[in-house]
Amino acid sequence: MSRRQLSRAHGAANFSDEGDDSECPILHVDMDAFYASVELIDRPELRGRSVIVGGEGRSVVLSATYEARRLGVHAAMPMSRARRICPQGIVIPPDHRRYGEVSRRVMEIFQEITPLVEPLSLDEAFLDVAGARRLLGEPATIARRIRARIAAQERITCSVGVASTKFVAKLASGLAKPDGLLIVPRNDTVPFLHGLSVGDLWGVGERTEATLHRLGLRTVADLAHTPLQTLTRALGEAVGTQLHALSWGKDPRPVVPERVEKSVGAEETFSHDIADHRAVHRELLRLSDRVASRLRAKGAVGRTVAIKVRFDDFTTLSRSRSLPEHTDSAQTIYRVAGELFRGLGARGTRIRLVGVRVEGLVEASEGHHQLELGERSQGWKEADQATDRIRARFGSAAVRPASLVDGSLVDGEDPCRNIRPRGPRGRGGSDG
Amino acid sequence: MEFRVERDVLADAVIWAARALPSRPPVPVLAGLLLEADASGVLRLASFDYEVSARVEVAAEVSVPGTALVSGRLLADISRSLPAKPVDFAAEGSRIAVTCGASRFTLLTMPVDEYPTLPVMPQSSGTIPGDLFTQAVKQVTIAASRDETLPILTGVRMEIEGETLSLLATDRYRLAMRTLPWRPSDPHASSIALVRARTLLEVSKALGAAGDVTVALASDEESELIGFEAAGRRTTSLLLDGEYPTKVKALFPDHSPTHAVVHAASLMEAVRRVALVAERNTPVRLNFVDGSVTLEAGQGEDAQACEAVEATLEGEEIPIAFNPQFLLDGLDALTTPYARLSFTHRQKPAVITGQVEIDGPDDGTYRYLLMPIRLSD
Repeated sequence: MSRRQLSRAHGAANFSDEGDDSECPILHVDMDAFYASVELIDRPELRGRSVIVGGEGRSVVLSATYEARRLGVHAAMPMSRARRICPQGIVIPPDHRRYGEVSRRVMEIFQEITPLVEPLSLDEAFLDVAGARRLLGEPATIARRIRARIAAQERITCSVGVASTKFVAKLASGLAKPDGLLIVPRNDTVPFLHGLSVGDLWGVGERTEATLHRLGLRTVADLAHTPLQTLTRALGEAVGTQLHALSWGKDPRPVVPERVEKSVGAEETFSHDIADHRAVHRELLRLSDRVASRLRAKGAVGRTVAIKVRFDDFTTLSRSRSLPEHTDSAQTIYRVAGELFRGLGARGTRIRLVGVRVEGLVEASEGHHQLELGERSQGWKEADQATDRIRARFGSAAVRPASLVDGSLVDGEDPCRNIRPRGPRGRGGSDG
Repeated sequence: MEFRVERDVLADAVIWAARALPSRPPVPVLAGLLLEADASGVLRLASFDYEVSARVEVAAEVSVPGTALVSGRLLADISRSLPAKPVDFAAEGSRIAVTCGASRFTLLTMPVDEYPTLPVMPQSSGTIPGDLFTQAVKQVTIAASRDETLPILTGVRMEIEGETLSLLATDRYRLAMRTLPWRPSDPHASSIALVRARTLLEVSKALGAAGDVTVALASDEESELIGFEAAGRRTTSLLLDGEYPTKVKALFPDHSPTHAVVHAASLMEAVRRVALVAERNTPVRLNFVDGSVTLEAGQGEDAQACEAVEATLEGEEIPIAFNPQFLLDGLDALTTPYARLSFTHRQKPAVITGQVEIDGPDDGTYRYLLMPIRLSD
């Protein structure tokens, strides 16, 4: 969701989902009101109504349906204000895990089309489809196919901008919203841009916009016809030069796929704030276990363990520590996470959310382990591997650390009660 | 109190005595250096930080005997900077005047009666040649841990068993052990002490150059102190408390089916070179075959290095990986031209010993056990 709705200036109105896309290999795909749309999947009765996704208390709006946006609700607005201007709005608390799952499946759809996918966030990405043409058709055809596929598979809508450069594609998707497609043919890029306001350009925030307005520059056309020297004097060398280039449609930035994820994390918001820190430690163990499992599934190991703790007043603290060597061991991650948590000295405080993250990832083949004197050559690593095999067969609840068994389950479901190891020394998994 | 002492004698004595000055004194008087001028013509200097005490006696022309406590840090700085002339100390009320040539300093004194009683040196357990002691301590302390969260492992375990003194240190990844003969006061003495490695290393360096070193260790179990003395310099240190993991000694394998002999300096140079591409804590990989050992470091998309060094191999070829610094520490501790590396398995400890000749026997008085790094397969 953009900070401001794009100005639908005169020039841009002439563009549509038809046009010469032969030199427009860049797609910008943006989910429409992503969190809100995901929430509507299971609650069709809310379609057509003002729905706001956001937390309670002092949180901010994370997403809102277009019905609510029409009343002025936008992302990052304080919830209290959103309720005031949209009293009829239905507020839904966010379900980040679910958004993450949908996002992952959407990104997989992109990956099937081209490896050149550059995700910007959960709900938007650039695609360079130049290499996919012979197989899949022209860019606009691919864009229509993506829209249809996401709508059919995920039951949410998205908007796609098709252009010759990244920033024009992003502008185009913004103008196509909601549920639209906009093609900006290469030869029409300049007229397209010149019909927009300066504030629509990438990199123009409120302060830069104010500076430009003081110079009497309101449209991109004004900007384009201002001497470069004037711009660099007012905005500095880098910004001035960049904006001038953008105003003529020049944007050499390529689509850069994200090769390796830099971190793997998991977090949990408690159903009610927790003051018992033993329960917090159990949750840290559960999250460490989940993170370690995901690292091993990816074939990655990481060197920095980080925790995030949000207190009942929404103050959020993060702490991290780098280890001497890379790890994918739940034991190690939990040990560090537990120490970091104790180091906060947060005794007696009520905790709303905890998260565990492992950063500084490399491929597991680059990891190694300095053995200690007397260390058994088989240890937690083998136990972790056995756990992975069991979980692959029986589900993630089949094996878990003993302190998470019996009454201490944070999530209630336990579909594999019968094959759970009997205790800390349970041998149910050793030959799994 | 009034006395005269030679500048060099004073400077040396103050450097020794200032070693136990705490950097952040828990009580102000501990920042002081205790001066005692004796009518017999002896000047005693002492410092104490509750853990370590240092004392030294030097000759001085004492005209008025007496005792004073002055800032140790200041006296150390002053005595280092004085011209090469006799130095005169004279008490003037609550101050001490220090005069040397044309320089004159006035130092404030602290109340002597508030200074803690210095610990009594235990009875001598025996003596050992200083150079041998310095060498042995250096060989062992490299393997001691610097991690203060595991205080026990920051220590060196000293064992006295009749005419044998053995030193042992480990940081959980390697283990260094040196045995050496010494002259015990009681030929049947048997005692054990755990001494902070940092203290032991400083003491051995400072005392080692001065002929024989006397080690003073009470033989009973309740002993809390160890003392060292050489050439008028004495120091005591509290022992570390706790259960030392003595079982680690059993990790030295009874026999090793495979061993390689290499020229120690050549191997060290090669390790240093290839380790240039090894980031912190990443391994250097060694592959021992008959006639040579190949060293490699770096992998994947990072920089890589490789070098071969001549080696003779007995037994099966073995690939193994080590932390390069740990390997260098062990090789550097040898006092012989050749190093023997003995192996049982690539994931089991390796042992480094010294060897005078390429095809001679190895010297078992110093053994350095090193755990390998397990690579992911």
